[in-house]
Amino acid sequence: MVQKLSLLKESPSQTAGPYVHIGTNPNWVEITGVWQEDLGLVLVGPETKGERIVIKGRVFDGAGDSLRDALIEIWQADADGLYNSPQEKRGKADPNFVGWGRQPADGTTGEYRFETIKPGRVPYKDGRLMAPHITVWIVARGINTGLHTRLYFSDEEAANAECPVLARIAHKARVPTLIATRAEENGLPTYTFDIHIQGEKETVFFDI
Amino acid sequence: MSDQGSFYQRDRSWHPPAFTRSYKTSVLRSPQQPLLSLENTISELTGPVFGHDKLGPLDNDLLRNFAKTGDPIGQRIVVYGRVLDENARPVPGALLEFWQANAGGRYRHKKETYLAAIDPNFGGCGRVITDEEGRYWFRTIKPGAYPWPNGVNDWRPAHIHFSVFGHAFAQRLITQMYFEGDPMIWQDPIVATIPDKAAIEQLVAALDRQNTLPMDALAYKFDIVLRGRRSTMFENRMEGN
Repeated sequence: MVQKLSLLKESPSQTAGPYVHIGTNPNWVEITGVWQEDLGLVLVGPETKGERIVIKGRVFDGAGDSLRDALIEIWQADADGLYNSPQEKRGKADPNFVGWGRQPADGTTGEYRFETIKPGRVPYKDGRLMAPHITVWIVARGINTGLHTRLYFSDEEAANAECPVLARIAHKARVPTLIATRAEENGLPTYTFDIHIQGEKETVFFDI
Repeated sequence: MSDQGSFYQRDRSWHPPAFTRSYKTSVLRSPQQPLLSLENTISELTGPVFGHDKLGPLDNDLLRNFAKTGDPIGQRIVVYGRVLDENARPVPGALLEFWQANAGGRYRHKKETYLAAIDPNFGGCGRVITDEEGRYWFRTIKPGAYPWPNGVNDWRPAHIHFSVFGHAFAQRLITQMYFEGDPMIWQDPIVATIPDKAAIEQLVAALDRQNTLPMDALAYKFDIVLRGRRSTMFENRMEGN
């Protein structure tokens, strides 16, 4: 016999199922009066620093249909590239920006939409700067373990070209699956980020 | 400090694979390309903090937080436990959100069509933040089993869904809790997506007769384990190596 390591196993994941909104967005499914507002709907206030942007898109299955039951979470740095988290040791992030958001896909169109700010650059492990990005997490019925990916920005070509994470993608043809395309809509820079779970345009997902 | 390093690699053989033919919805909702392994960066090592000020006094009381005319129908239970990491250290300040069907197996959701009755006094959602020792508890009714369209006669065992935020976005987890002694667990295609029987048993809450509230409610203990972090001792190679 050898000594025991005394490590526990992570609880295994199970699908969020079709009714995840009851727990995460009860007001959105008309369970009102339990709590005042669903968490994560509003990221930006009047005091938040940074360029206001919209990100939106849909999540597609392997048959090309959009998921109308998906739940999307985002996590991002502030305009200066600092995370509002106790684990952030490099400085104090904008106190008016939590950096976390959560939105259900629209029950009819499948579109999700966040109003946020463009994040600053944050360093990779070796100190090189990564391109500005937003971490995206997707759960839904039929997804057994939540999917992690990253949203990058189409107008950050130079930063994207030197991002050490994008450089790790061996199949260069798949890099564009992580790049949201910029357009102006209602006077706001709007980035469209469609997520393809499966198929020819399958998004790059990370094992983090 | 073992709260600073990168996270232990997720054991993908302990979790369900993405593609599980017997759970039909996963077939078109599973990536086919390999996941890209990414050493944790600051983007994964950080995560949002939820303060106790976000919670209301009835958020962990599903018997009362939606009740209109009285208590909901069903077996009264208390669910309690701890959130730990893989190093067996408590995770304080973790936000747990949970949702469930009512005693008849019916969810309160606009897209739910099962014929079992809605309970006017049951919403089915709650949330709690773990204390300094990683502990949590809430009060609810035991959910019912229900049929679902997969096979023509598939049923979900009684279960409560949990969404968990630890200290880092890399720890983000959604899972389900089952009930000790329920024979339905072992015929459920969603449970069966987990390949290892010991991993399934990790999701089965134990009936705790010692903590049962006499003349009131049964107690079930459900501990949740989130990913653990490496010690920083090993994170940085010595100079010259």
